[in-house]
Amino acid sequence: MALITARNLSLGYDSHIIVKDLNFSLNGGDYLCIVGENGSGKTTLMKTLLHLIKPAAGEIITGDGLKKNEIGYLPQQSLIQRDFPASVWEIVLSGCQGRLGKKPFYSDEHKKLAEENIKKMGITDLRNKCYRDLSGGQQQRVLLARALCATQKLLLLDEPVSGLDPKVTAEMYSLIERLNKDGTAVIMISHDIMRAIRYASHILHIGSDVFFGTREEYITTKMGQNFLNREGGEQA
Amino acid sequence: MISKLIFYLGFPFVRYALIVGVLISLCSSLLGVTLVLKRFSFIGDGLSHVAFGAMTITAVTRLTNDMLLVLPVTVICAVLLLKNGHNTVIKGDAAIAMISVSALAFGYLLMNIFPTSGNISGDVCTTLFGSTSILTLSKGEVILCGVLSLTVTILFIVFYNRIFSVTFDEDFSHASGTDTGFYNLMLAVIIAVVIVLAMNLVGSLLISALIIFPALSAMRVFRSFLSVTVCSAVTSVCCAFAGIVISILAGTPVGSTIVAVDVLVFAVFTLIGKRR
Repeated sequence: MALITARNLSLGYDSHIIVKDLNFSLNGGDYLCIVGENGSGKTTLMKTLLHLIKPAAGEIITGDGLKKNEIGYLPQQSLIQRDFPASVWEIVLSGCQGRLGKKPFYSDEHKKLAEENIKKMGITDLRNKCYRDLSGGQQQRVLLARALCATQKLLLLDEPVSGLDPKVTAEMYSLIERLNKDGTAVIMISHDIMRAIRYASHILHIGSDVFFGTREEYITTKMGQNFLNREGGEQA
Repeated sequence: MISKLIFYLGFPFVRYALIVGVLISLCSSLLGVTLVLKRFSFIGDGLSHVAFGAMTITAVTRLTNDMLLVLPVTVICAVLLLKNGHNTVIKGDAAIAMISVSALAFGYLLMNIFPTSGNISGDVCTTLFGSTSILTLSKGEVILCGVLSLTVTILFIVFYNRIFSVTFDEDFSHASGTDTGFYNLMLAVIIAVVIVLAMNLVGSLLISALIIFPALSAMRVFRSFLSVTVCSAVTSVCCAFAGIVISILAGTPVGSTIVAVDVLVFAVFTLIGKRR
């Protein structure tokens, strides 16, 4: 049984449909990259998978024991967060909120989990630092640790490397790769098609044409090659 | 000076003013942190003008208990402004400005068309700047204020972790199964209640100061959400207490004295923050 399956999914706000009839599924341990032009609906798709937006049509089925709220989400940074007075510890711990149930406060178990994920992301020495004093790459690690507190099964990453310098970007990719190797399924929106091809096991290309399949299949399609040439050419 | 203070404290209305002042400043500072961070600093101003508008309606129609109209109207406006978080049609600041100025205009218009007393500008001034109403509180009002403040504080402590996560990242909270709509609604209702209460203390024009200054001061110096919240509450309570005492001793208007103390503390905290 797949971890998450989209069946005949249509995306959009109100009556304006952006993407029609999406079909794809993701198994445990998969690494799916969502690529496409700006405005093709990548972020909308992600928000729909998170149940933040209702799908215009079709359905999202979660399986394999994955609960609806067991998704670790790494959003694009918002304006509010940039100068937010919160310690790294407070933010990572807030990733456990889905586990609180009806209880008002975090238990020792939650705190242990947060501690472990801080260690896993290599930010132990930043534990008591203020979020707004961190560099972009450090902030992303904090948010990744928070996402891991929500679940170890499935991570949704919305352009995790935008605004990071090349060295930190490479570190971020290898960090995500390591998490994936440890068994966490990853869905990532990426502008960086070359890296998407390098790391992902599956590609979902949305836009006027839709493609879903493994990385190997994508490279052989005409559409994949066009996109690769164009985007890759721009980056080179 | 001490003996003068003790002499004044002998009067129940002075004690009531101190109790109510401290309670309201506590509630408003707790909420202030969230509001400032959510970029809703002006909500206090906007909603208090709405409350002012509603108050003129009760004055014109000669309703005896104005709370019955003022509170629901303010709550409804707060819900409309805050409930949808960042997904509203008219963005936060524009919506607040729109509602606030129109309520102010209609309120003043009503007062002029249907004058209830000879001294309209005096009436308006009283509602806007609070002048003396904190010194004329009855025992019943003090108890009501106490109960509401206690409720607000308890709700804030119980839901502290949720309030933090909804403030920091609404989308993430929603995705992890937190009912963000409910918490936004709860915050909106609490804010409306606090503002209607605070009108007695500083009047509608100065409420914003009571909400934002303690939070902003705390943010100059502290760097975690918990320490900012605690510092904001402590600062606010001390400022309100000092402000009321000064206004009694020096015979200055209560509301503006409290705000002046808040501004002073903000300046001091800014200096401390810079030196670190």
